[in-house]
Amino acid sequence: MEAAIFLFLSGIAIVSAANILIQRHPIYSALSLILTFVALSGIYMQMQAEFIAVMQIVIYTGAIMVLFVFVIMLLNVKAEERIPDKLRLVRFLGIPLVVLLTVEMGLVVIRAFSSEDIQLSSYATNLAGNTQSIGKLLYTQYALPVEVTSVLLLVAIIGAIIMAKKEL
Amino acid sequence: MIPLGNYLLVSAILFSIGVYGFLIKRNIITIFMCIELMLNAVNLTFVAFARHYSLLDGQVFVFFVMAVAAAEAAVGLGIIVAMFRNRPTLNVDESNLMKW
Repeated sequence: MEAAIFLFLSGIAIVSAANILIQRHPIYSALSLILTFVALSGIYMQMQAEFIAVMQIVIYTGAIMVLFVFVIMLLNVKAEERIPDKLRLVRFLGIPLVVLLTVEMGLVVIRAFSSEDIQLSSYATNLAGNTQSIGKLLYTQYALPVEVTSVLLLVAIIGAIIMAKKEL
Repeated sequence: MIPLGNYLLVSAILFSIGVYGFLIKRNIITIFMCIELMLNAVNLTFVAFARHYSLLDGQVFVFFVMAVAAAEAAVGLGIIVAMFRNRPTLNVDESNLMKW
């Protein structure tokens, strides 16, 4: 059952990720990407990472992809036109490269990790889920990175405001 | 229990799709989406390893990656809108003013 759910979710994730490349209009690519994110969120939920699964939905699909769709609507983007022959060559030269990358990563993964068994996770048995433990970790051991991240977000806010000004 | 290798394999495939899209797409918004896809593939690896070693640190890192991705999306889309205002195209091949 667990394997079936995993296969189903990862199948959806991979097929809709491939659909991003197949579609020529960015809005369809964006919708496929949202589907990929939702499937990944299901995989996280299956891995007992509830906090990450919820954050995936809230941040990625709820904030980032809405921003993408908003910009696509705002700029009134047209579909990509058919590519000229020179670019078609680039497209086909890219395929072996990507297959090589996948095979290489897959081989490393299979050689290194397939024989190891996963031990039963102990952190997820907590009744409150793992959100409490992550929160505790964020504000004790990772307090400095959290502060740095908040500065980063502040810089991003200022940057976005500057970019949106009438004349740069 | 699903072995760790399966998660890493899915992550590798998603990352490769992201790389390929980054290479072949001409629309700057789609390229940006492929970058997000690559970040998500890395997130999957982090969570898989966090479960494998029964540590939460990987999930904390995913949290930081998400924060960086949000900042990147805000600034990047701002840059795209500003670029579009100067020169109404989204094709990366046509934005070649600084190309030698």
